[in-house]
Amino acid sequence: MSKNGPIALAFHTVFIIFILAPLVIVCLVAFTSKGYLSLPTDGFSLRWFRAILDNPDFIDAFWLSIYLGLASATIALCLSVPASLAVARHRFPGREGLTAFFLSPLMVPHIVLGVSFLRFLTAVGWNGTFVGLVLCHTIIIMPYSLRLVLASVTGMDRSAEMAAVSLGASSWTTFRRITLPLILPGIAGGWVLAFITSFDELTMTIFVASPSTTTLPVRMFQHITETIDPLISSLSAVIIFITVIFMLLLDRLYGLDKILVGQGR
Amino acid sequence: MAEISARRRLLPPYLLSAPALLLYLGLFMAPLAMTLMLSFNSFDFYKGILPGFSFVNYLEVVTDEYFHEVFLRTFGISLAVTVLCALLGTPEAYILHRMRNPWKSLFMLAILGPLLISVVVRTLGWALLIGDSGVLNDALIGAGLIDEPIRLIFTTTGVIIALVHVLIPFMVLSVWASLQKLDPAVEQAGLSLGASQFTVLRRIVVPQVMPGVLSGSLIVFALTASAFATPAILGGRRLKVVATTAYDEYLNTLNWPLGAAIAVLLLIANVIIIATYNKVIEKKYAQAFQ
Repeated sequence: MSKNGPIALAFHTVFIIFILAPLVIVCLVAFTSKGYLSLPTDGFSLRWFRAILDNPDFIDAFWLSIYLGLASATIALCLSVPASLAVARHRFPGREGLTAFFLSPLMVPHIVLGVSFLRFLTAVGWNGTFVGLVLCHTIIIMPYSLRLVLASVTGMDRSAEMAAVSLGASSWTTFRRITLPLILPGIAGGWVLAFITSFDELTMTIFVASPSTTTLPVRMFQHITETIDPLISSLSAVIIFITVIFMLLLDRLYGLDKILVGQGR
Repeated sequence: MAEISARRRLLPPYLLSAPALLLYLGLFMAPLAMTLMLSFNSFDFYKGILPGFSFVNYLEVVTDEYFHEVFLRTFGISLAVTVLCALLGTPEAYILHRMRNPWKSLFMLAILGPLLISVVVRTLGWALLIGDSGVLNDALIGAGLIDEPIRLIFTTTGVIIALVHVLIPFMVLSVWASLQKLDPAVEQAGLSLGASQFTVLRRIVVPQVMPGVLSGSLIVFALTASAFATPAILGGRRLKVVATTAYDEYLNTLNWPLGAAIAVLLLIANVIIIATYNKVIEKKYAQAFQ
């Protein structure tokens, strides 16, 4: 394979700078010692990171987002595993349609889901509740977890399962001792991706979040539309840091490119 | 084998998929149906939502110039973002494809990683960069290149730049996936037969990655058309797109039926784009890739 020429490498450098510049700027501004937006020209300061701790509404929103992500990712996984086994292992009428249906929330813009969930939750009287938020997030993240679990179920070698069954193991034992450990990477990858998707979701959540159930992205959005200050930068820097850890975890578990191919469809 | 399938029949597929199916029917199909119904209701400023069946909201969207402007602007932004992503993302994917590890994986991580970082955070980065007293303007003024700050924030250009940044990883990923199927021997054959590097690119590489470019374009277009956070933050109060307009109708004007009609139109547009695209791809590439 021939090497990239100087023009290609120059283009590549500019491209990478374009991709990383906004994120680097956010992290740099977070370390400013001034009371206004500026680059940390006279030394790094942690004052704006300490300021996060003085804002309990951000802290509350952060924990709500964490609990929301944990709950909805776990529910989505518990539903994805049996659904994947059904569509990957069985031939039955409506199988293809069912798979397409399970992935279909990807085709619906989040703004449309937001207005629909608001209408629905208001009608059943769940608007502004944590349970309502969890269920809505479960719908949004199901396709992501389902796709990863489905991929690992489809690609699994079934000879160990057959051996277990022929040695007299029950279906449940076979599932628990053989199938589950074998598809665990897919489950773990699906869970992490589902958690991040829930943790980042803004457009749908902004419709169904109430003042008592405000997630971190919603709280940050509200803050940014009023004022942009170093506080929001330091908070964003913390989020970038947490996301990078999850990203490396996902990359190790599964390979980032494999997880993201076809996303958004 | 027979024994396994006998055992498997104890857990029929319908039973296994029932929990997910019930959740979808109750919390996905029902809300969408309710929104569709809501869009046919009407709204009164004093009495709120009035039941009944009419096309009054759709009529308003179709006849009102304000909505024409919003839909046209959204379409224009989506088109610009898609073209820019294709023009910039395709060469980048090709460059990545020709790199060796560890550089390849490292840069792949750098390009795809931002997809996992909240859109709010990424947009904030652009607000800090392109604001009137942002880093870019400060640097340009400091270098003496310009006297007045360039106005990018709250302009269509600013929104387009930030959306390209938010969505270009999808394009790189999509083109990269189709490059994986490229046989390097064909490229080498072209070169050894005396074709220039440019001819090889034009005649061999580009035709083969076109499906990747097209599917990337589809993803980028659909996601731009329904983008909310970036236009809301960088577009300010005046530069409305479809998503921010629906948001305003819902949470500021409280005209839910009108907001629902806008949402339904956005959903229909989305579905039409995806369906047309699938047809075109099938027709165009059905014979070529068998």
